[in-house]
Amino acid sequence: MPSRVSIFVTCIVDQLFPEAGMAMATVLERLGFAVDFPGSQTCCGQPAFNSGYLDEARAVAGHTLKTLADCEYVVVPSGSCTAMMSHHYEELFEAGSPENALAASLSPRIYEFSRFVTEVAGVEDVGARFDGIATYHDSCHALRELKIKDGPRRLLGNVRGLELREMDTCEECCGFGGTFSVKFAGVSGGMARSKIESILRTGASTVVSIDSSCLMQLQGAISRAGLPIRTMHLAEVLASR
Amino acid sequence: MPETFDQKIATTLADSRLQTAIYTATNRLISHRKAVVSADALPDYQELRTQANAVKAHTIENLDWYLEEFERNVLDHGGHVHCCRSAADVADVVLEIAKRRGARMIVKSKSMTTEEVDLNERLEHHGLQSVESDFGEYIIQLMHTRPYHIVAPALHLTRYDVADLFERALGVPNDPVIENQCRTARGVLREKFLEADIGISGANFLIADSGAVTIVENEGNARLSTSAPKVHIAVAGIEKLIPRAQDLGTFLKLLGRSATGQPLTVYTSFLAGPKRSGEVDGPEEFHVVLLDGGRTKLLADPEKRESLYCIRCGACLNHCPVYRKIGGHSFPWVYSGPIGAILTPQFVGVENAPQLPFASSLCGACAEVCPVKIDIPKILLELRAEVKTAEKQNGENQLERAAFSAFAYMAVRPKLWARALGFGRKLPIPPVGPVAAWLSEREMPKLPAKSFRELWKQRKSA
Repeated sequence: MPSRVSIFVTCIVDQLFPEAGMAMATVLERLGFAVDFPGSQTCCGQPAFNSGYLDEARAVAGHTLKTLADCEYVVVPSGSCTAMMSHHYEELFEAGSPENALAASLSPRIYEFSRFVTEVAGVEDVGARFDGIATYHDSCHALRELKIKDGPRRLLGNVRGLELREMDTCEECCGFGGTFSVKFAGVSGGMARSKIESILRTGASTVVSIDSSCLMQLQGAISRAGLPIRTMHLAEVLASR
Repeated sequence: MPETFDQKIATTLADSRLQTAIYTATNRLISHRKAVVSADALPDYQELRTQANAVKAHTIENLDWYLEEFERNVLDHGGHVHCCRSAADVADVVLEIAKRRGARMIVKSKSMTTEEVDLNERLEHHGLQSVESDFGEYIIQLMHTRPYHIVAPALHLTRYDVADLFERALGVPNDPVIENQCRTARGVLREKFLEADIGISGANFLIADSGAVTIVENEGNARLSTSAPKVHIAVAGIEKLIPRAQDLGTFLKLLGRSATGQPLTVYTSFLAGPKRSGEVDGPEEFHVVLLDGGRTKLLADPEKRESLYCIRCGACLNHCPVYRKIGGHSFPWVYSGPIGAILTPQFVGVENAPQLPFASSLCGACAEVCPVKIDIPKILLELRAEVKTAEKQNGENQLERAAFSAFAYMAVRPKLWARALGFGRKLPIPPVGPVAAWLSEREMPKLPAKSFRELWKQRKSA
């Protein structure tokens, strides 16, 4: 097991949800890891990649690959950004190119946060306490590209005081989808409302996810509807005592 | 002026009755499918998908070979094969046969391929009557609209809508009981089957080693359409081929389950050639009309040719959260939902459907349920890149391109990035463009006073 981990906090956590990044660092430190934040990190490049701007995505990916080249383990508070880096970086660069080789070497070293905790650290009970009823939203790229399903639930299941209730549509998209959320705002908002109806049916007061982008979408629609539900990153729940 | 994509979406979103109809129907299809592909119900479901994908990949890569084998075998059975490059050619083939036979009345069973070529309209233009015999398609034809869904053409209608339609179009009393509506349609259609000179069907599979056409259905109308009239014409895209009869089991296990949650549909017909001497049933003439219609263009593209693996089950539509919001008629061409979003730009040109590849949150639910494992999100991403390349060449969408150039410029300069975003976070956000779009549906996140990197630095120095 490594003693040291590097964190890639993603642009959205860095700029909009820093408390999720701090909570992730806290949990990792409590598990005994020395946490390192490579300061030249910016964004994984997914916004450009998903919008069809491949040259721009390649430039940003190249920068991130250099930034993370020497890290033994990289832990990320997002399934979506992890999938971008572990699954899509390689295809952005021609086989045989130095960047392609860097991408291939990064892929097995980069972990979404909950997966790192359960599979690398081998911990399912982080000693957290959180009083309340929570429901877990499966973010699409974590679920379908990284196949993350049970890990976050096991971690939540071991949080003292927390009752986990499943949504009937826990695997349905929240409607964010990056630029989709503004290009097709009405559709995106409708998808968020469908998801929120499912959240309401559970009676949970907290929605937990491993992706801040989904939570931003859901919280935005929840606040618009004036509902007494809050969204929290898994790391924040696990850092609670 | 016809409604734009955005307008059609807005209209559909605003129609709560329609939203309920779509959700009710797709929820039912989702739960039916789920029950029959579960590990208990079908332990080798994932292996079947892998097998189906492999068979389709092999067939598509060797399509020229299998087309020739299929044609040889159809001819051996005494049938005819017509190869059509374009939609208009299909209509010409049918018209020529109709003229030779002196035909006036045609019955049709369900076929999305004939929707591609607007066959009914073309035939009616030449004075032929062409009647859809699938219940859903019959409703759609009476409404003078096009199918809302690949498998369930009238998915968006309730029984009350159908009662109103039948009252208006057929002059029968307004009756919302579904069984009675079926009886009404059956009464009309039985006469048409007996009267028809030609039956036109689609094909779910074309089997190369048997020269046979396979059709799956639940109403028996395809069986009647292909056996009662003296002439049967099957219209199919060239991608419908599979090599051997023994491959069919894999696909039949997947198709019914993925489409409607049925282990097998009520009728599965294997049609090879016309009636033989001594046989009582069957047509005197058996024609297979093979349509290219842009398919060979897809065939040439190794990155996206898997689009041709589609067996038209509609599962990707049912599971797509976007389709379930915007419905089938928002889509600009015959095929809707995720499969429509990748087929349409490839068939009609990305420049004619530039918004379509972007109308997806890339959630991947479509690929997860696809019985032949088409990687729809991957193809959407490739099409997005094609749209952006075209825009760049044409000097379009310059503001967005400049924004992404600036994003990439800053993202590779960490100090500039941190300064610019730190500064930007403190400015009031003007509610225009993407911000306005965001605010149209949601609140903005509360902006933190400090970024993670600032907090981290602070913590390290403390």
